[in-house]
Amino acid sequence: MLEQLTPIHMIFYLFAFIAAASAVFVITARNPVRSVLSLVVTFFSMAGVWMILHAEFLSLILILVYVGAVMTLFLFVVMMLNIDREQKRSGYVRYLPFGLLIVALLIALMLTTVGSRYFGIERMPAPAPAPVDYSNISQLGALLYTQYVFPFEVAGVILLAAIIASISLTYRGPLRRKVQNPSMQVKANAKQRLRLIDIPSAPKPSRGES
Amino acid sequence: MISLTEFLALAALLFGMGVAGVVLNRKNLIVVLMSIELILLAVNTNFIAFSYFLGNAVGEVFVFFVLTVAAAEAAIGLAILVVLYRARHTIEVQELDALKG
Repeated sequence: MLEQLTPIHMIFYLFAFIAAASAVFVITARNPVRSVLSLVVTFFSMAGVWMILHAEFLSLILILVYVGAVMTLFLFVVMMLNIDREQKRSGYVRYLPFGLLIVALLIALMLTTVGSRYFGIERMPAPAPAPVDYSNISQLGALLYTQYVFPFEVAGVILLAAIIASISLTYRGPLRRKVQNPSMQVKANAKQRLRLIDIPSAPKPSRGES
Repeated sequence: MISLTEFLALAALLFGMGVAGVVLNRKNLIVVLMSIELILLAVNTNFIAFSYFLGNAVGEVFVFFVLTVAAAEAAIGLAILVVLYRARHTIEVQELDALKG
């Protein structure tokens, strides 16, 4: 591995180190704001890794949508909730060795699975460099708007459902809408709806008087 | 070129960090949501790496949908978190034990 340390390798390892270190900081930071900001750093460096993998569109989408929208939302919520910074961390230490052991075993299992025996550069050689007029966006769009157009529309519906759900969950204003009350409707009977009044009829004026 | 193993190892590391954040966290529900974002990032990295090395662009389309669903999930999760904070005045994981058996 080290004998072919090209510049692209060094760029990859730089991004990978930054991503892993800031991912560690995400889950260990006491202050949630720092945690959010280090997750932003992770997203940026993983966007760099995706750029190495020639997924330019998704890399930029990761920066624009995730860093620009989702992490800003996280930051807003963290600052809105006014969480006490000096919380005691009881219970954190109690399960720490066992949890760390489980996680280390999980990572070791995955690392041995994806080892170079099956996925090394000899078994999975890098594809030939793309032609000059290759465009990642047009390739993705051609797939997305022809073969995957129905899942694309379903994704739009999912986003609409997310908008409606988050607004209706957090809305606290007055509800000015006219809705039926089913229990009142069921309880109603004929006596409440129709009232018969016995009005004594006045005597008719006779024509000849005037 | 960098081999597929290295990309997959990086994704496995990020996935492990995300699992560790979900399992070990006793403090803050927001950090749990962020750990889920880390897990999804690792999964997306796997998709993109295989898509590049197998020369198949369908993996990138799948990443597109995963990003969409993850954004919706983050929005609804944060909305639930805000409602929870209004009701209980805490988002500490240990305090939220109303459903304990």
